Amino acid sequence: MTELSVPARRRGGLKRIFERFPFLPALIILLVLFALNGIYQPRSVGFVGITGLAKTYLALMLLAVAQTYVVYAGDIDLSAGAIVSLVNVVIVVLMGQWGGDALPVLGAILAGLAVGLACGVLNGIVVAALRLQAIVATFATSIFFTGLALYVLPVAGAPAPALFWRTYGGRLLEIPFVFYVVAVLAVILYLLARTRLATQLLAVGDDAQAAYQSGLPVTAIRIKGYAMCGLFAALAAFCITGDTASGDPLVGGEMTLLSVAAVVLGGSALSGGFGTVVGSVFGALIIGLINSLVYFVGTPSEWQNLVQGLAILVALMAGIMVGRRARR
Amino acid sequence: MNAALAFVKQPLVVALALIVVLLLLGEALSPGFASSQQILRLLIVAALLGIVAAGQNLVILGGREGIDLSVGGVVSLSAIIAGNLMNGTDAGIPLAILACVATGALFGLANGVGVTLLRIPPLVMTLGMLGVLQGLLVVVRQGIPSGRAAPGLSQFVSQPFLFGLPGIIWLWILIGLFMAFLLRRTVFGHRIYAIGSNEQAAWMAGVPVRRMRISLFVLSGVFAAIAGICLLGYSGSSFANVGEQYMLPSIIAVVFGGTPLAGGKGGYTGTMAGAVLLIILQSILTTVNIDESGRQMVFGATLLVLMLFYGRGQAMRA
Repeated sequence: MTELSVPARRRGGLKRIFERFPFLPALIILLVLFALNGIYQPRSVGFVGITGLAKTYLALMLLAVAQTYVVYAGDIDLSAGAIVSLVNVVIVVLMGQWGGDALPVLGAILAGLAVGLACGVLNGIVVAALRLQAIVATFATSIFFTGLALYVLPVAGAPAPALFWRTYGGRLLEIPFVFYVVAVLAVILYLLARTRLATQLLAVGDDAQAAYQSGLPVTAIRIKGYAMCGLFAALAAFCITGDTASGDPLVGGEMTLLSVAAVVLGGSALSGGFGTVVGSVFGALIIGLINSLVYFVGTPSEWQNLVQGLAILVALMAGIMVGRRARR
Repeated sequence: MNAALAFVKQPLVVALALIVVLLLLGEALSPGFASSQQILRLLIVAALLGIVAAGQNLVILGGREGIDLSVGGVVSLSAIIAGNLMNGTDAGIPLAILACVATGALFGLANGVGVTLLRIPPLVMTLGMLGVLQGLLVVVRQGIPSGRAAPGLSQFVSQPFLFGLPGIIWLWILIGLFMAFLLRRTVFGHRIYAIGSNEQAAWMAGVPVRRMRISLFVLSGVFAAIAGICLLGYSGSSFANVGEQYMLPSIIAVVFGGTPLAGGKGGYTGTMAGAVLLIILQSILTTVNIDESGRQMVFGATLLVLMLFYGRGQAMRA
């Protein structure tokens, strides 16, 4: 009897571990990629290398987190990248007009958060309250947001004040600023994961009808999910601005689909109801590490995009298949 | 009265009515907009989008969150391959068509296998494939010189062929008839609706669900490849990501045509109207004298308003 029950319990245990930590496959892929990066370019896993990685991919990490809150509820936001662009040009133009001192910069950041929030709420109203299909509706809003961004700043290139990017790329007490951002982000994400909203979003994504029947305000919850997405997209825009030190009305466009890929790589289900924000952060890092690894192994430059694309496709497929097997 | 209301609320009727309204609006804003010459030009551009949307339509009809984000990549790749194989001579056209269709079918097959056998959600699978295609485009563009369209192909796309209509319009009409026949008169077509509305039931009724779904993705790749060839004829030479502009608009054309993203109902006739509607809307915005930012804002907002006319989701009921 005991002999028979051991494998059964072990399988159950693995399943339980996976359900509690859906990002485990992503973490394993991430560690393997990290090791490979270290083998091919030892310096890349050193202090400077990791700082650079964080600096470059913090924006994508944040946008992946943004996308996750929408995906939790079974929705999707194809305008996330356009929100990044819009917030990027808004804060750069505002800082240009108000001057580059601490107070105006802080004011611009607040304005940027407000813009991101407004975009997110608009998306939420369109998708949840007006009940349009999320994929096409957020594509339409992405065109609208891109138009707004072009109105605010028609051509790329307006510089961000030195205070902004020097802080982002600099050090505080000998520790790179981005690490503080990562630490604060970790705390925020930890706290947010324990809020009622996260649970409610997951409940809506799991079964909207059941959630509604048990008394949850489904529409309001989905709007809040989009609002969270807008807020985190604004945070992503701050990081992009810190990294590129300039305004570009199209800077975020390419990031939308990458953020969706990062969410999937992180083990969240696009159908909703299952996932973690931590996984999405790992997913964004996986994309970053794949990109650098392809470079480090000496792929000829014209082949790099193809190898990156193939590697991401394989990682997406592997992640989904491993996740499904572990959950069964 | 109810019958009349039901008729008016049909997506095809809505789309056609909106097309007429937009044409009148365009004529009012800039006289000559609705001249036959202009309308013909609009139809050529709409045909390009409409051919891509045919494949997209099939994949969406098949249900289970069917969607093909890789069509734009296939269009671009096909345009480049065709340009290089014909390189300005008519003799290369047959080979170019063959190679492009094979390429499209191959990528469609890969998508279909990933979606069915490996059970990757279509959005994820085709998104990943789009990344691969974009990488492949970089390789292909650097390895070979940018090709030119054969004169015969350019003529086919822009010069009158029969009854004053260019060949591409006839091709589009042919595709429309083919799709209508396929969806309404063949077992294959009926099975698409079956797997789109209830996959489990269809499977139990003996429909080869996996093979069906794979064929839908293959067809989507093939239609995108054909559109790529036509696009080359339209623009004369292939250049960077020309196909990207078709990815999401092809989905919107399908939705405007009355096929919900959930699949299982709808058809291609509406999608054709949806494609024309989308192109006319874009065209009006380019004739009106506003700058790019205003154009995009109006375009996005109009799309949202138009979507309100089409099947909105069900409200929650206890």
